[in-house]
Amino acid sequence: MTDFTQSYDAPRRNYSQLVLRWLLFSLLGLFALFYLMPLFVMVTTSLKSLEEIRTGSLVALPREVTFDAWRTAWSETCTGVKCEGLKPYFWNSVLMTVPAVFIATLLGAVNGYVIAQWRFKGANLIFSLMLFGCFIPFQVVLLPMARSLGILGLAGSIPGLIFVHVIYGIGFTTLFFRNYYVTIPSELTKAAKVDGAGFFRIFWSIFLPLSLPIVVVTVIWQFTNIWNDFLFGVSFSQAGTQPVTVALNNIVNSTTGVKEYNVDMAAAIIAALPTLLVYVVAGKYFIRGLTAGSVKG
Amino acid sequence: MTEWLERHVPKMVLAPSFVAVLIFVYGFIIWTGWVSLTRSKLMPKYEIKGFIQYDRLFASPRWDTAMDNLFIFGGLFIGISLILGLFLAILLDQKIRAEGALRTIYLYPMALSMIVTGTAWKWIMNPGLGIEATVRSWGFESFTFNWITDPNMAIYAVVIAAVWQASGFVMALFLAGLRSVDEEIIKAAQVDGIPTWRIYSAIIIPSMAPIFLSAFIVLAHLAIKSFDLVIALTGGGPGYATDLPATYMYAMAFSRGDIGQAASSAMVMMGVVFTIVVPYLYSELRAKHD
Repeated sequence: MTDFTQSYDAPRRNYSQLVLRWLLFSLLGLFALFYLMPLFVMVTTSLKSLEEIRTGSLVALPREVTFDAWRTAWSETCTGVKCEGLKPYFWNSVLMTVPAVFIATLLGAVNGYVIAQWRFKGANLIFSLMLFGCFIPFQVVLLPMARSLGILGLAGSIPGLIFVHVIYGIGFTTLFFRNYYVTIPSELTKAAKVDGAGFFRIFWSIFLPLSLPIVVVTVIWQFTNIWNDFLFGVSFSQAGTQPVTVALNNIVNSTTGVKEYNVDMAAAIIAALPTLLVYVVAGKYFIRGLTAGSVKG
Repeated sequence: MTEWLERHVPKMVLAPSFVAVLIFVYGFIIWTGWVSLTRSKLMPKYEIKGFIQYDRLFASPRWDTAMDNLFIFGGLFIGISLILGLFLAILLDQKIRAEGALRTIYLYPMALSMIVTGTAWKWIMNPGLGIEATVRSWGFESFTFNWITDPNMAIYAVVIAAVWQASGFVMALFLAGLRSVDEEIIKAAQVDGIPTWRIYSAIIIPSMAPIFLSAFIVLAHLAIKSFDLVIALTGGGPGYATDLPATYMYAMAFSRGDIGQAASSAMVMMGVVFTIVVPYLYSELRAKHD
């Protein structure tokens, strides 16, 4: 951290420093308002009645707090033809995200372990090819994937979505674990080999116990990405298997009936809660995942 | 036998993932590239007919709009996010007591789905009930903020929401960069009486060039792939005023039943991504091996 407040001709700085400090805090505060405003508006709108929304102001606190919109959003509002609220879609997302995160993380761990510690000829090429795969725009695989899921009998199903998320998650999970395991001295593996430990034994008893931080980072990264995904969800699901992001979009952009803004906002918050919760609980690891995904190394 | 097995276990463990990537990334790119050269409509055909799909694509006014939007949106989104992110990082680097809390506030939008972001901003920018109505109710009767329904301005509404979502992330990247600048150099500069703004512009910011590059790559990548935000915020409208290549591709693939157009637009998108990402990844990987 750089400290610019401690310059050394103290008497002169007092007044101008104070003004600068004040300016700094008001700027920071203004930006905080900018980032918080949408969340504030979402929460207050979701707690108002439709009547109050029509007559009141966007930024006003609710005069009368009501949780009706939340109940409607969770279990009554209509997405397309069905009117069961977000609840079934929320569970679809859970059923899709949990196995996809688990499988992709596990594969990434083993792959990263091989690439970092069991170097063989061509390992770098394989790693580069997997890395490039992380950066393709997914539009380029949508059409063949739709056909392949049909051939595999997975079209429009949750296992199909799990499959897709695992496939396109491996690149990043491998990258995360590879970059982590590269920092562990290879002497450790060599010594274990001399002692007669095999490939899996070394992974299981030496590397896995050291991996907690990177597992947390990877799980959070995958969870956020898969939970928030919309493109795969909207392309490869059907009426009963849509994830919560797709259902939310259907609710908000449905053109039939009275527009219930409070229900829209409650539904948006419900869809956002799991990832927000992860962020609040484990923000440090969340940031590490973001930076690991962009700055390699 | 066991020795052979022992030697080849690592390769066999890596093989399934590698094969999956070969098929589902590279194989699929080839498939899409192939189909983009055919007359595929509702169903894919495999007889190559040359570049007719690309001719149709580049002659399509809707694609034209989508590409224009990509450059407007991408340019503004990346530019504003970089400037705002750097600015916030420098502000936060001044020994702020509430730094942790502020950082959390600036960054939380990154945890949200773009569908949620789109939903929230659609409501905020709703002319009838959102900011416009609120400011009018404060007595500014002629205040208008109807970008979201104005075909000429709607793409800028998308920029606002996207910057809101991603700028905190850029801030986090830059803040990490600021913290890794050698303090001795800065102290020496301070002792020499160099003003703070000069220390930033001449020493600190230039030393963060690699972070600018990574942030640029991530933002460019987000911009080209951005699909969810447009769908949730404007649905590509009014008309197709806020179409991006990603929404064009999706419309062709899943609602227009024009697989040839979908494939060719996807290939152009990939071309754009690769001209940006490939040189970057190449240099990153090379640097690692040296």
